[in-house]
Amino acid sequence: MSSETDPSAKKPRNLIDGSTLFVLALVLAGAALVYRRDGWPGVTAILVEDSWLFLDILPKVLAGCLIGAFVAAVLPREFVSRWIGGDSGLTGLVIATAIGAIMPGGPFTIYPLAGALLAVGAGVGPAVAFVTSWTLIGLNRAIIWEAPFLGVDFVTTRMLVSLPLPIVAGLLAHWLARLVPGGPR
Amino acid sequence: MSATLIVSLSLWVITIVLALVTWRQGRDVLREASRSGVLDFLYLIPRLAIGVIGAGFLAALLPQDVVRSWLGPESGFTGMLLATVAGAVTPGGPVIGFAIGASALKSGASYLAVMTYVTAWALFAFQRLIVWELPVMPTRVVWLRVVASLPLPILTALGVMLLTGRG
Repeated sequence: MSSETDPSAKKPRNLIDGSTLFVLALVLAGAALVYRRDGWPGVTAILVEDSWLFLDILPKVLAGCLIGAFVAAVLPREFVSRWIGGDSGLTGLVIATAIGAIMPGGPFTIYPLAGALLAVGAGVGPAVAFVTSWTLIGLNRAIIWEAPFLGVDFVTTRMLVSLPLPIVAGLLAHWLARLVPGGPR
Repeated sequence: MSATLIVSLSLWVITIVLALVTWRQGRDVLREASRSGVLDFLYLIPRLAIGVIGAGFLAALLPQDVVRSWLGPESGFTGMLLATVAGAVTPGGPVIGFAIGASALKSGASYLAVMTYVTAWALFAFQRLIVWELPVMPTRVVWLRVVASLPLPILTALGVMLLTGRG
C-alpha cells in the first residue's frame, strides 16, 4: 500500500445524508408520540434534559476528534501497519484490545480514533478488536456507568468472560474483510 | 472529584500531549491536524444534536415492560436470542441498557438473559450505530464489525455458564 492517504478510507462528507434524515424522522415521530401522551411538559422536560447532556459531551467530542486527528498526523503509516495493520495477526489484535480497554472516554473518542487509525493503515481486524474492546471491557465505561446499576459482581463476571471476545470479533472481521471486496483489509 | 470529571481531564491531557508531539513535527503539521480535527467536530455536531437530544424521545417511547418481559426467567437458546434482539432495539446513551437490565434482574429475569441483553445492547444499539459510528468510520468496516459481533452475546452467556455454573 502506498504512503499517500487512501481515498477509500476517508468518509465522503455530505452535510445531510440518508442515515441522519432517518434518525431525524424517528426522533420527530418519537417527539410527536411523547406530545400526544404527556403534552408539552413531557416534550420540554426531555428536550431540556437531553440538551444539557448534549452540551456536556460537546467538549469531549472536540477532544476526541482532535485526538484522532493528531494520532493520524503523528503516527507513521509504516508503524501503524506493522503493529496493527491487516497482516499484523494476533499481535495486532492483542495490542488493539489493550488500547481499547484502557482508552478513556466514550463513543466520542473511540469511533473518531478508530476511523483515524483505519485511515493511516490499521487493518479491519484490529480496528474491530479496538472498538469491541472498548465496548465490552472498557474500564471507564464499566466503572462509571455499569457498576452503579448492575453491581460489581455482575460487571466483573461479565468483563472476565468478555476478555477474549474482542480477539474473536477481530479475527472474524479480519476473515470477513477478505471475503467482502471493496475496501481496506 | 467526580469520575466523569477525571475522564474529561484525562481526555484533555491526552489531547494536549498529542498536540505537543504533533507540534514537534512542525507548525504546519499541527495546524493541518487541528483543522482536520475541528472539521470532523463541526461535521458531527448536527448529527449528535439530533441523535443525543432525540435519544430521550426514543427512550421515552421504548416499551420498557415489553423489553423486560423478553428477558423473562425462561432461558435457553430462544431466551438468549430474544435478549439479543431486545438489546439491539434499546436506544444508545450511556445508561439506559444498564438501567433496564438492572430492573429486569430485580423483577426476576435470569442472570444469563441480562448478561446477554447488556452485551447485545453494548455491541448493537441501533441508534448509537447510526449517530456515532457510521459518521466517522468507513461504512464497510461498521457492517463487518456488526456481523463479526453477532455471536458474541451468546458466547458471553456460554462463558458465564461455564464460569459461574449458573444456567
